[in-house]
Amino acid sequence: MPGTAELPVCDIDVFSPAALEDPEELHRVLRGAGPVVYLSRYDVRALARHEEVHAALADWQHFESGSGVGLANFRHEEPWRPPSVLLEADPPRHDAPRRVLRDILAPSALRVLRAAWQRAAEELVEQVLTSGTGEFDAFTELACAFPLKVFPDAVGLGPYGRENLLPYGNVAFNSFGPVNDLVRADAHRVAELSAWVNAQCAREALTDDGFGARIWAAADRGDLTRAQAPLVVRSLLTAGVDTTVHGLAACLYAFATHPEQWQRLRERPELARVAFDEAVRWQSPVQTFFRTATTDVTIAGALVPEGTKILMFLGAANRDPDRWDDPDRFDLTRDPSGHVGFGMGIHQCVGQHVARLEAETLLTALAARVEHIELTATPGRHLNNTLRSWASLPVRVHRTR
Amino acid sequence: MVVTLEISAKEAVAEGVVALTLVHPAGARLPDWTPGSHIEVVLPDRTVRHYSLCGSRWDAYTYRVAVLREPYGRGGSALVHDTLRPGDRVGVGGPRNHFPLVPSETYLFIAGGIGITPLLPMVQQAELLGAEWQLLYGGRTRASMAFLEELTAAYGERVHIAPQDEVGLLDLGSWLGAPRLDTKVYCCGPAPLLTAVEAACAHWPAYTLRTERFTAAEQAAPVRDVPFEVELRRTGRVVTVTPDVSVLDAVRSVGVDVLSSCEQGTCGTCLTPVLEGSPDHRDSILADHERVANTCMFPCVSRSLDDRLVLDL
Ligand code: HEM
Ligand code: FES
Repeated sequence: MPGTAELPVCDIDVFSPAALEDPEELHRVLRGAGPVVYLSRYDVRALARHEEVHAALADWQHFESGSGVGLANFRHEEPWRPPSVLLEADPPRHDAPRRVLRDILAPSALRVLRAAWQRAAEELVEQVLTSGTGEFDAFTELACAFPLKVFPDAVGLGPYGRENLLPYGNVAFNSFGPVNDLVRADAHRVAELSAWVNAQCAREALTDDGFGARIWAAADRGDLTRAQAPLVVRSLLTAGVDTTVHGLAACLYAFATHPEQWQRLRERPELARVAFDEAVRWQSPVQTFFRTATTDVTIAGALVPEGTKILMFLGAANRDPDRWDDPDRFDLTRDPSGHVGFGMGIHQCVGQHVARLEAETLLTALAARVEHIELTATPGRHLNNTLRSWASLPVRVHRTR
Repeated sequence: MVVTLEISAKEAVAEGVVALTLVHPAGARLPDWTPGSHIEVVLPDRTVRHYSLCGSRWDAYTYRVAVLREPYGRGGSALVHDTLRPGDRVGVGGPRNHFPLVPSETYLFIAGGIGITPLLPMVQQAELLGAEWQLLYGGRTRASMAFLEELTAAYGERVHIAPQDEVGLLDLGSWLGAPRLDTKVYCCGPAPLLTAVEAACAHWPAYTLRTERFTAAEQAAPVRDVPFEVELRRTGRVVTVTPDVSVLDAVRSVGVDVLSSCEQGTCGTCLTPVLEGSPDHRDSILADHERVANTCMFPCVSRSLDDRLVLDL
């Protein structure tokens, strides 16, 4: 590769099971090596410090998404599905879908959902607390159950096949990495899962009052094309389920392992929003995304040649000691503002207010009913090339009297 | 972040039209925008005027606006022409976009006079997208029409120049006579032109015509340049916000956390309920009706029009 001679080189497989299982050590190595590190396994440059990751995320002019935000370079490689009109698009094509979705998912547009989601959270928590011994898997019973209860309804999905959502997201988020065992393991399901998801994006498959219907209404007004509308719905189904499931799991894990922080939340339930963002900073459910240089770009003196990929470690940036005091601590007194767990700039998570509302309603319902949460066994990780994921979170909870 | 930008250049671009180039005083990136966006500029008399962005968003470090000297001495434009100079600083809100370019195979852009400004980035975009497009550009005289050379040099025959003193009023009948399903019509200019285009498009399908009116919109109270107080009702604290700090930073300085992210008024994270008072909204997010409701604000950029603002914090 031209221009790599002077760069620090790292030959670790950053998508290996070991690195995905325990990314913190890798992150330390990458941050310490320099502002730009050459990953020899994948022939890409990587950024792991907050300053450089933040700057690269914001700079869509020099770092495009249209050649794919995974390792595959769409300039030379065929995407596994028609590219996203949001995540994998650049201005000007990105503008119209982004504007439509921004308005549909704006905080003011979500206000109507709050009361229903509060009720749903209270019912779910009551049911979990009364149906057993107080010991359960918080990953399946809460982190999966809650988003899968409220989000597909809000989109307007039909009742059948919702069990395909998490496996589809798993495939999609694996696809941003290399073709490794994680990708191969699900290869046989891709066609079937994609077919189901694509079928749900059609207008006829959606209720007439959800996010999906509003996307189609935007197409009726000409704000989107009819070809874009199903792809925008697909973005919700791809990006909106697994992310919140593992984000909520991260939050519950944080509280189960930091009982004093749970007490703080119980005393001041209005901290729920900050708590969720602090958990997103601390665990970074979305660990990485790639960009492609639109021209020769220099970052901190290092050349990124035109057309090559850079890999941004959001998770490493979110624990950069140059940006955060005591970064490995989950701490509700910290102000997590400025973390890049939702990205930054024109592609910054358009669903972040949805994720926050889910977290706020669930945490508030729990804080009112649960005195104490603790782990009963080591939680299980699920490996994914992009998502910091969970398989189980066995807990015991003590109900308030 | 207190949104104050510096004028880095000022040049005459046509008879009675000056273009201003604005940069961040510290050389920072400016908030992203899309064609059709305007910014709100706080003039030295503390009134606010809206100007369409007419530069290139591929340059993240400058904004460009063009300002016509209004004939009947409406305060703002004379101040821009006669008073503002390179090196001066102005308060800026937005960018906001009420005139977005929607996808289409074909566009017809119709500009009247200074109404060319929002259309300039749109034609650039239509070209990039490989769309079919034409620009019909009318004005009083050739000399009064901004960006003529730039447009004809870049786009040649797609641009149809129609100075009124040479060819009379725009021939809307022949341009808009037969409705075309694949075409979106974008029009910006003086009220009579918009009214005429609306009438000519009356038999076109719904949503094909998109317009932006340049009106002397009723002016809100002048923006304040003196400190104000923010009461945090739940916390029971009051903090004074001086002109050089944001409400967000002032609130944080007394130990109250507000979650933020972009600190540019674009992401929506710092949304804060307003209990009393009138915010001076500077964000890119709220629609006009949400702004006047005064029930919420984005303290990373927005301020207060009154002596006191009460927040639900
Ligand atoms: C904890 C939960 C979530 C996390 C950590 C997260 C993270 C992210 C990140 C890092 C990006 C930026 C991608 C880039 O820069 O290339 C992003 C974009 C996006 N997110 Fe989320 N997300 C979450 C929840 C959601 C939800 C609930 C939705 C849908 C309602 C959603 C929809 C999207 C979409 C459509 C994009 C693409 C936006 C664009 O490219 O303009 N996300 N998300
Ligand atoms: S922090 Fe993004 S709008 Fe205020």
